[in-house]
Amino acid sequence: MSKPSMNWAAIDADPRFQALHKKKTTFLWGLMIFSTVYYFLLPIGAAYYQDLFKIKVWGVVNVGILFALSEFIVAWTIAFVYSKKANAEFDAMAQEIINDAHKMGA
Amino acid sequence: MTKTINKLGFTAAALFASGSAFAAGAVADEFKWMTFAVFGVIIAITMAITFWAARSTHTTSEFYAAGRSVSGIQNGWAIAGDYLSAASFLGIAGLISLYGYDGFMYSVGWLVAYITVLLVIAEPCRNIGKYTMGDILAFRNDPKKTKTVAALSTITVSTFYLTAQMVGGGVLIKTLIGIDYKISIIGVGILMLAYVVFGGMKATTWVQITKAVLLVTASILLVMLVWAPYGFSLPDYLQAVVGDAKVQAQVAKLLGDKASNMSATDLGQRFLEPGLFLKSPIDQISLGMALVLGTAGMPHILMRFFTVPTAQAARLSVIWAMAIIGGFYVLTLFLGTGAAMLVGSAKIASIDAGGNMAGPLLAQFLGGGENSVLGNFFLAFVAAVAFATIVAVVAGLVLAAASAMAHDIYVGVIKGDHATPQEQVTAARVSSVIVGVLAIVVGILAEGQNVAHLVALAFAVAASGNLPTVFLTLYWKKCNTGGIVAGMLIGSITAIALVMISPNMTYPLAVLKAAHKVIDGEPATEAKPAVEAKAGEGFTCELFAVCKKAEAAKPAEAAKPAKPGTKEKLVTLKAKLDATTDEAEKKAIQADFDKVKKANDKAEDNLKKFEGQTTSMMGLEKPFFLLKNPGLISIPLGFLAVIIGSLLYRDQRAEDMWDELYVRQNTGIHAEAATAH
Repeated sequence: MSKPSMNWAAIDADPRFQALHKKKTTFLWGLMIFSTVYYFLLPIGAAYYQDLFKIKVWGVVNVGILFALSEFIVAWTIAFVYSKKANAEFDAMAQEIINDAHKMGA
Repeated sequence: MTKTINKLGFTAAALFASGSAFAAGAVADEFKWMTFAVFGVIIAITMAITFWAARSTHTTSEFYAAGRSVSGIQNGWAIAGDYLSAASFLGIAGLISLYGYDGFMYSVGWLVAYITVLLVIAEPCRNIGKYTMGDILAFRNDPKKTKTVAALSTITVSTFYLTAQMVGGGVLIKTLIGIDYKISIIGVGILMLAYVVFGGMKATTWVQITKAVLLVTASILLVMLVWAPYGFSLPDYLQAVVGDAKVQAQVAKLLGDKASNMSATDLGQRFLEPGLFLKSPIDQISLGMALVLGTAGMPHILMRFFTVPTAQAARLSVIWAMAIIGGFYVLTLFLGTGAAMLVGSAKIASIDAGGNMAGPLLAQFLGGGENSVLGNFFLAFVAAVAFATIVAVVAGLVLAAASAMAHDIYVGVIKGDHATPQEQVTAARVSSVIVGVLAIVVGILAEGQNVAHLVALAFAVAASGNLPTVFLTLYWKKCNTGGIVAGMLIGSITAIALVMISPNMTYPLAVLKAAHKVIDGEPATEAKPAVEAKAGEGFTCELFAVCKKAEAAKPAEAAKPAKPGTKEKLVTLKAKLDATTDEAEKKAIQADFDKVKKANDKAEDNLKKFEGQTTSMMGLEKPFFLLKNPGLISIPLGFLAVIIGSLLYRDQRAEDMWDELYVRQNTGIHAEAATAH
């Protein structure tokens, strides 16, 4: 099962690959930074903003509980947003590169 | 295949026949048969899976990666089955039942961790990896050097995690049904070995899927029963929790003196507010870092992504895993608060101080209580799910450690990648047996040891050693062999060393002091004026015992009378017992007496165990590193070591291979294909 050799440098230099790389990098870093910041707001809030977390908003349900629950919603939303984007855009861009890969740099 | 069946017979014999091994457990003797019946059914199902999987487990790809034929949805369930260990399944519900809000907050990090896995790890690893983490690191670096450090780290992380699971599992089975600790460990070990050795990754995957389905079903059922009486309204349900006298009593106990001027309603509400358990925000953030980055560096989680056919399937599997794991943690909010309200924190803590029995006891209550058939059936079911959980998690860990040993060290380093397919499979099976037997031995040796910190340690090592190296070799062009070796060693060793000098270890002086306090009581104290908060001498002082830490303000304290110790209490209770004639009263006093006696015995045991000792294993009288979680220091250090190591080392190959690695991880060209059946 020998695989055909590829000109990897040529694929890397291809404008379509560069476009995919750029799009992915911006998108992934954006999501990653947002999710990390949002996550660490929870322990920070619970430690330093207890008065805010104690405010009752829905019967006995307070801001703290709603914020903790929102962590789940946000995590799921990020997963959903990423998979939508990857399925619709990144996969198609990658497929185009795969189709032409053996011709690049030849 | 007859071997498999013999093993099944043997395990069943170990579990059922040795009547003398049964001591008292949470399940009453008359209902034990029910527990064993449910255990038997679950063992039979997993053995059938192994039998079926063994028929298609011949090649290396089949053994390590289930022939890459697992679908995204199946892998998602298997990841959940692999990840939801007894610690998170029983532990988090337990923390919520004892400490309310803080327990729930603790669960969040375990889900958020999967965002890192989804965004930066799963797909690239699927595209360029083969069977192990070592394969990813060796892609553009010196294979022998990187595979050696990767295997060392994989075995270290897996052993820490494995020991925690084995000890936790043994204790759990003993607490639930009273099977002797050693027999439980051997039973778990043999079952897990049967799955791994005969059925490889395919059997392990399906055992994990079965366990995840059982766990989710059981949890949904329990939550329905807990929540339905309140019409599935969140505020109405939590109102009932807050208004419960048992919950209020638990908060009053946790707050101590501070609770004296709080109303019952305030006490109840306090259960839903932060600060009852997690008192150090810096430690919290340190743990959060280890979770968020460590999960993506866990060898047994990484390995799961080699079982799917494509990067798209890897993506789908993380999405499913996040839905299942997250959904499960939301359910634990109800399991934990439900147990606090219906069973009561005092009772939960009396069976297991860490609260691990909250879920099982809640199940028993919902089925009708201690003496009902249905209640004990529920308890048996949850106990069996817990058992399946341990076996499934342990199987995944053993497979990860065995693959590092066989594929990275034996085939990669010793044989220089020149091993026949037959040799490779044999090496894999032999390594599994070695790791499995080792797990059993370590499990038995560690009986009675405090292993709770080992799970956090495993995550810290994975986050400090594995994640920085995997991440930078995938995304940083200049990363090379020098960086991988330096990062892996410095990150892992720092994490382990910091834990060795942290409050996680046992410090005899503190244990002795606490034991004396229990036995001899506390003398009366005079009223103390309020103390203002004191600023510390800098951030370093919050981490290391080299200068003064910041101190929180303390309210004024009233004078307190002396508190009697257990020694004195036992004498007074005994006298009271002899003086009463009323049967009911006698019974109550006797129960009290037994409780005090238990505390007294435990304190005396500790006195005996640590008498004359003044320092911990590391020769320290008190912790030098003040956090329980080393991530805050060891993770940045791990990243730094990879960067500096790479810049100081010259490695033409790593640079030359960058284009290939980067193109392949993004496109999946030349990725390992699924084997056709």
